[in-house]
Formats: sequence, structure tokens, C-alpha cells
Amino acid sequence: MTLLRSTPGEHVEVVDPAGTGVESEHARSHLPIVQALAGAPSGVPRRRSVARVGPPAALLAVVLGVWQLISSSLSNGQQFLLPPPWDVLTKGLLAQQAYSAILPAFGRTTELALAGLGVAVVLGFSTGAVLFRFRWLERAAYPYLVAIQAIPVLAVAPLMAVAFGYSFFAKGVIVVIIAFFPIPTSLLLGLKSVDPGMADLFQLHKVPWTTQFRKLALPASLPQLFTGLRISAGLAVIGAIVGEQFFQSGAPGLGMLLLQYLDNVDYNRLYGCIIVSSALGIVIYSLFNGLSHRLLGAWHESSRTSVQQTVRPSGRARERSSNASTSA
Amino acid sequence: MRAGEAAGLSATGTGPVLRFSGVGLTYADGTAALADIDLQLERGEFVSIVGPSGCGKSTLLRVASGLLEASSGSVEADQERLGYVFQDATLLPWRTVAGNVELLAELHGYPKQERRDLAQAAIELVGLAGFERHHPRRLSGGMRMRASLARSLTLDPVLFLFDEPFGALDEITRERLNDELIRLFLGRHFAGLFVTHSIQEAVFLSTRVVVMSARPGRIVAEIPVDLPYPREPELRYSPQFAAVAREVSTALRRHDS
Repeated sequence: MTLLRSTPGEHVEVVDPAGTGVESEHARSHLPIVQALAGAPSGVPRRRSVARVGPPAALLAVVLGVWQLISSSLSNGQQFLLPPPWDVLTKGLLAQQAYSAILPAFGRTTELALAGLGVAVVLGFSTGAVLFRFRWLERAAYPYLVAIQAIPVLAVAPLMAVAFGYSFFAKGVIVVIIAFFPIPTSLLLGLKSVDPGMADLFQLHKVPWTTQFRKLALPASLPQLFTGLRISAGLAVIGAIVGEQFFQSGAPGLGMLLLQYLDNVDYNRLYGCIIVSSALGIVIYSLFNGLSHRLLGAWHESSRTSVQQTVRPSGRARERSSNASTSA
Repeated sequence: MRAGEAAGLSATGTGPVLRFSGVGLTYADGTAALADIDLQLERGEFVSIVGPSGCGKSTLLRVASGLLEASSGSVEADQERLGYVFQDATLLPWRTVAGNVELLAELHGYPKQERRDLAQAAIELVGLAGFERHHPRRLSGGMRMRASLARSLTLDPVLFLFDEPFGALDEITRERLNDELIRLFLGRHFAGLFVTHSIQEAVFLSTRVVVMSARPGRIVAEIPVDLPYPREPELRYSPQFAAVAREVSTALRRHDS
């Protein structure tokens, strides 16, 4: 017969020790639970989406409240340091003068960050794959890979300026240097995480290296790779803003705008600009997060959100599991 | 070593599909894992290997499959039509049950429709029908092992190696899978080489039980199991069964160092 067993780590398991499938209808009636756990958007009850949005919204309200409190407790002479949230929203973001400058800047910085990130992804992925293929090369190159990460970007920025001029390209190089490192290292880590038994199986069937890479190592590496990509995405935005602030050339992006507002003591817009910069980081991060959920949703733990992890099988399922142990 | 046609190993007729003659394996650091292994296996034979932990049982399978090369002696095995079931189910977590079972046929370049049919037949054979589209993480340990078995069955192996496949399962599931394995063995008529820690399991499944001693692993006893197939679960409680089990147990203890 088909039994429903619940274990703390694995949520709901459909167990069919007889393997008969006779009562598989019974199992199917519980599929919505399983689908919800697997992150399927349909069939997630409203209660759960409230549970997901509620706590962060409440925390945001608290943060805004504290912000307002601190701001209004400052003396008039100091209030410019932390303008109240409402002023930031109306004067720093929604005022025509503010968004007409910030929006195009947002576009330029996005362009720079994405271009740099794209190059970093291609370079990083190829580097990781080559180092995986040739282990001796990995041993030779890995220390330098770590060293790249340790380069203080602002120290090499002047050199970039000399080499490439105060150009988009020079800023792009900064982004690439900052965003590059997590990609090859996370890819390598992932590629090496292949289950040794699976590797044996592929070897047993004399599978060519490329096929093994495509069908085994690469899919196995995706969870780690995406961890690296998410980190790189955030770093790319930082790199773009740092690059813009160093070079201060061309049409202004967010980085340059931040400095301008600082000079003009226009703190409402400065805060507005900071919020938009953060939003850019969050958007690019979410892009990779969404992609990773799409690709890994069906099989990997990392694609479960914290709320889904707290969902426990219903009392009925638990009851069945105790029945299971007695009837088995 | 290539499949042993040249050495007279045939997949279709009678005659051995696996032949170990004086096989020894010594690692680079000087550790002797196997010594003087003589073992022969024909289709329709199911041989279990029992022995103390670390006696080289699994190593023996790896040598038979060609994953490891023997350092002395000769190994002839039909490695072209080889099934290998590992300790873990070793399924690809991103593939469904159907996708996993199709894998080997896919790696061997079978056309899509053919490998689907092969996979479907194997899935039904191991009793996983209805779970084709489930991912491994949603299956119990026993079902994962069934999927792993199904995957090996798709290529219709002549020589089937089992490396303690049911060791991690609870006893009820294990006994049930033992029954199913016997059913498969009788239906497919392969040669089975089965590593296990369980004397019960070894006697229940096999036509012959091979007892190994530790470091270096060598064969110290071969005990025939003259119990008729098909074997019913109740057989485990019969005097004849107990007698063979005792013989195996005695052989194990005698050579326990």
C-alpha cells in the first residue's frame, strides 16, 4: 500500500514500499502539498504569501519609523544629514527635477554594470571550465585567481585611466575585475561536487569528456555557480558606481550623480539616488535569483525559500506516518 | 581488458561471463587489497560475497567492472553488457525518474523513442510505474534504489554487479527488494555478483556464497546454496536455510582475524 511518511528533513515523502502503485491515487491527492514545497507558484494558498510578505513589510515599517524618529530628533542645523523619509520620497525621488536626472543615470549605470557583468560571466565561466579540464593548470593558476580578488580596485583605476582613457571601456574593466572572481571559483567548486558514484557510472560507460561535462558536471555545478553569479551581480553594481565615481567622465550615471548631490548639499536627492542604486543591485540580484529558481526549482534545496522550509506536513499526514509504522 | 570474446567468454551461450584467475591488487602505497582471487561466474548464477568490513569486497567489483585494474592475475569480464548498482542510488537529482532511467541508453546513443520504451519497460519492471515524473528527492530510499535498478536494467546486462545496494534500507524494504531482485534474476537470467554485509541476504538471494577474509582480501570459502527458486520470504525461517546461514557464519568467524 501507499503510505505518507513525514521526516523532519524531507517534509512529505510518498512511500510505496510495495511498489505496486495500487494506491497511487491516494498519493496523488497529496500532490498539492508536495508541489507547494517544491515552490510551484500555483496552489500556494494566500495564507502563505501573506506569511512571506508580512514580516519583511513589518520590518520595513519599523525601519522607516526609526528613521523618522532619528530625523525629527536632530536639530534643525543637522537635519540635512538624515532628511525624513517622506521628504526623500517627494523631493528626492518623485520631484520632476529629481527623477529626470536620476532615471537616465539609472539607465547608464545599469548598462555599465550589465556589460561588465556579461564580460565577467563569459570570462569567468571559461576560466572555470578550463581550469576544471586541466587540473595542473588549476594548481598553477589558482593562487593568482585568489590574488585577483585581493586587488584593491581603486589602486589600479589610475592605471586604467592611463591605458584606456576616461572611457566607458575603462569603467567596464573596473566592473569586470570586481565581478569576475566569484564566477570561476564557484563554478570550480560546483564542478568538483559531482557525486563520485555518478562519475564512476559515466566512466564505466566510457562517456567522452564533453558529454560528461554537459550531462553531469555542469548541471551538478549549477547551485554553486548561481551562488557565485548572485554575488557577482551585486559586485558589478558596486563596480559600476565605483568606476563612475573614479573616472567622472561621460554622461552621468548614478555614481557621478551621488557625488554631485553631495557637493550641492542636496541630501534629499542624495538619499533618493542611494535608494535607486540599491534598487539596481537588488534588481540584478533578483534576475539571477529568478533564473536559478527556474533552473533548479525542481531539484535543489537552495531554491526553497525560508517560509517554505517552515511549512510542516499537516496533522493528517503526521497521523498517517504513525499509522505507517504500526501497519508496516 | 576488453570484453572476453577472444578469451571465449560468450554472452549468449553458456560458459563464464566473468573469470578471475589469480587476481591480486596492491595499491601504490604497498597495501594489498586483494590476493589470489579465483572466481568464475556464469549466466544463471547469483553469487554473493560476504566478509568483514574492508576486506575488499567492493574493490573486487571495481576490478570486475574495469574501474580498477588488477596488479596481477587475469580478469576476463563481459564489460560491454555490464550492469552496476552502487551503494547509493546515484541518481541525477535534476532528472526525473524517467530521465534517470533513460540515461544509459542515452549515453550509448539510442534513438529517443527506443530509449523511452526501454526506460518505461524497466520502470514498470521495478514497480515504479506512476512515479516517472517524480524527482529523486521526492522518493524514499527504497524507491530511489528501484530507480537505480531500473536504470541498470535498460541495457539488459549479462553481468550484474551489486555493491551492497540495500545496505542503507530498512529491513522491510530490503526484504521486499530481495524478492523483487530474485524475480528479476529469474526473468532476465543474468549472472549476478552481489556484495553484502548480511548473511541472511546472501543466502536468500544466491546460488553460491563466497566468503572473504580481510587484508588482503582472499576467498576462504565457497558455499553452494541448494535451495530451489523461486524463493518465498518464508524460506528464511526454514531449517535448510538456517543450516546454510550457519555454515556461512562459521566460515566467516573461522577466518576473522
